[in-house]
Amino acid sequence: MILKFFRRKTQPDVQMEQGLEKTRRGVFLEITRLFERGALDDDLYEELEMLLIQADVGWDVSQKLVKDLQRRVREERIEDSLLARDILREEMIALLETASRNRTVKILQRGVPFVIMVVGVNGVGKTTSIAKLAAYHQGFGRNVLIAAGDTFRAAAIDQLKVWGERVGAPVIAHEQGSDPGAIVFDAMQAAHARGVDVLIVDTAGRLHTKHNLMAELTKLRRIMQKTVPEAPQETILVIDATTGQNGLVQAKEFADAVAISDILIAKLDGTAKGGIAFSVAKELGIPISYVGTGEKATDLAEFRPDTYVDSLFFGEGEGF
Amino acid sequence: MFETLTDRLNETFARLGRKGRLTEQDVEDAMREVRRALLEADVNFKVAKDFVAAVRERAVGQDVLHSLTPAQTVIGIANEELIKVLGEEGQGLRAPDRPPQILMLVGLQGSGKTTHAAKLAVHLRKQGRNPVLVAADVYRPAAVNQLQALGKQIGIPVYEEGTGRNPVDIAANALRFANERGHNPIIIDTAGRLQIDDRLMQELVDIRDRVHPTEILLVADAMTGQEAVNVAQTFNERVGASGLILTKMDGDARGGAALSIRAVTGVPIKFIGTGEKLDALEPFHANRLAGRILGMGDILSLIERAQEATTEEDALDLQEKMLKGQFNLEDFLEQLQKIKQMGPINQLLEMIPGLGAQLRQAKAEISDDDYKRVEAIIHSMTPDERRNPEVIGRRRTARIAKGSGTSIQEVKQLLKQFEEMQRMMTQMGRMAKKGKMPKGLPFNLG
Repeated sequence: MILKFFRRKTQPDVQMEQGLEKTRRGVFLEITRLFERGALDDDLYEELEMLLIQADVGWDVSQKLVKDLQRRVREERIEDSLLARDILREEMIALLETASRNRTVKILQRGVPFVIMVVGVNGVGKTTSIAKLAAYHQGFGRNVLIAAGDTFRAAAIDQLKVWGERVGAPVIAHEQGSDPGAIVFDAMQAAHARGVDVLIVDTAGRLHTKHNLMAELTKLRRIMQKTVPEAPQETILVIDATTGQNGLVQAKEFADAVAISDILIAKLDGTAKGGIAFSVAKELGIPISYVGTGEKATDLAEFRPDTYVDSLFFGEGEGF
Repeated sequence: MFETLTDRLNETFARLGRKGRLTEQDVEDAMREVRRALLEADVNFKVAKDFVAAVRERAVGQDVLHSLTPAQTVIGIANEELIKVLGEEGQGLRAPDRPPQILMLVGLQGSGKTTHAAKLAVHLRKQGRNPVLVAADVYRPAAVNQLQALGKQIGIPVYEEGTGRNPVDIAANALRFANERGHNPIIIDTAGRLQIDDRLMQELVDIRDRVHPTEILLVADAMTGQEAVNVAQTFNERVGASGLILTKMDGDARGGAALSIRAVTGVPIKFIGTGEKLDALEPFHANRLAGRILGMGDILSLIERAQEATTEEDALDLQEKMLKGQFNLEDFLEQLQKIKQMGPINQLLEMIPGLGAQLRQAKAEISDDDYKRVEAIIHSMTPDERRNPEVIGRRRTARIAKGSGTSIQEVKQLLKQFEEMQRMMTQMGRMAKKGKMPKGLPFNLG
């Protein structure tokens, strides 16, 4: 039996839309207002740049978006500001889509656990995101096992166990301070023995500047590969939506260490816009694949560039 | 990842320098670079704008146009202005009107409240106090266990009532508990919350009104982006913050959020969290943070790391050896290992101010693998060879290359470089004797 991943579309989109509702009320609605005001003059471009930067889109990408827009307005002799707004929208979606195309189609094979390794800096929401990912896969009828690989932070294991109980997924854990490698090894064995479809491995939060801790991630990968050569089939970097420009550095460093396949933006239910997604997509080409939008296990949605950008642009989501 | 401001300003002014005199437009270009540096450090847009206006005013007054080193002048002004906004150094915690001192930690999820509650406890105990930690986060799974585990680790009692009670009552009961047992200060760890979560924000207000904390410390992640201002403003308006703890500063975030928070709310920065260990809490230094926000490198942190890796005696010993020309490959290996302890070479290089273009060059050439190669080569030598590298002839070179898995050329290159280094050191030794020791060596290696 081969199941294609990421086919289910309707429900996650609805969730993403709802999660983004609060976000939308902020800066991006102002972008719409800005264009509705009319004149395509310097003031508009300056204000647009300001709004983009306020959304953590970053200096470079904001410059690029504004300049590209100015150029197209000039070259295509556009006078209608709403048309200009649509061009901006297109450019923003295109920027994210370029990275989304790098997303590989993941195949679930019978008898081979699909291993997901979740990494990120401290406090971004890895553990909660893991519970959400577990619920997400269970929603497809998959059998999920979780490995408590964060043996460093006090009570991280307890936290994961509570989540495991809530979503009904078993958690493989040793005690705090033990070797995460041993847990990963045990979890891989257990996943095989129990015929698990999806194994999600938690890792301790680590700043990307701590080289020895980054090396540890590489080691965990090697341990996984001893049992399943293609593991981890998905390596997800969790980035906090409130993160500023350092998010790009984080993504780069983690990608260098463990080949990040997907990014999950957590905590998008606040007023933060997660604009760092644009820089990550543009500079590194790593696809943003998921967004976390709340504190419930079901608050996870697949990321779609148009939904994301549209939700931020319009009062009512389009295309749902 | 980002070019430093020093770099960009040098580029800007170099470009201008060629055409002769600087104009006002040139100063504008420089201001644009200052603004960019601030935005890349996550300083809030509006704060950056006001800040640049202040720098511009002073730059015009100080006649940057006629300065021989305009880039340095601009950076100097920006740096001074930053320090001014960032505020007084090392403000300690407020003393209560009447004991006990009650510290309440608030902030977003994942900012580091629980860890910093424990760090504060350790910090205050060092001052001879008898703190108690209060677990008032009843929402996040296992948050109470986390605080308990930390308390156990550092040997500080934790007051908790599990997760079934209301945090306001828990805080009030904790006060009674502390009173009975003579604990002071009382450090309350609250649940992380979004500033737009009305119900949970009200809960903080209720705790505040019930226990009247001496300090309400907002805990903020150094990596926070533009949102920092909204978060800080809302927490400050609703609950009232008396101080800021900036966490995760051991990473490479520039920490511009702190400037925004300070500028918008006026809340003083009290502590900086610099690591996962529970003693990694430092008083705030405005000059260090200013340098970091401007991307000027962080020579002080570099020196600190060097000091951690070595003792003063070792350093003096080494200096003696170097100057007498007795520095051998064994010493070299030892130094290499010490540098390694300080962190990855790229990170160390970034801390050195003003390296700019050379830095990028060096970064492209040096990697941590080079350490390993050099180490392997030296390890493949006999002790005698390490002390007297001149005995290494062709056959020994071949043996060392084989033993270390490198090439003959690589071994030769290392020996040649070492020889040059030794020659330089003896020269310096002679100069030192004559009292001509060149000043301004950036720091004592090792």
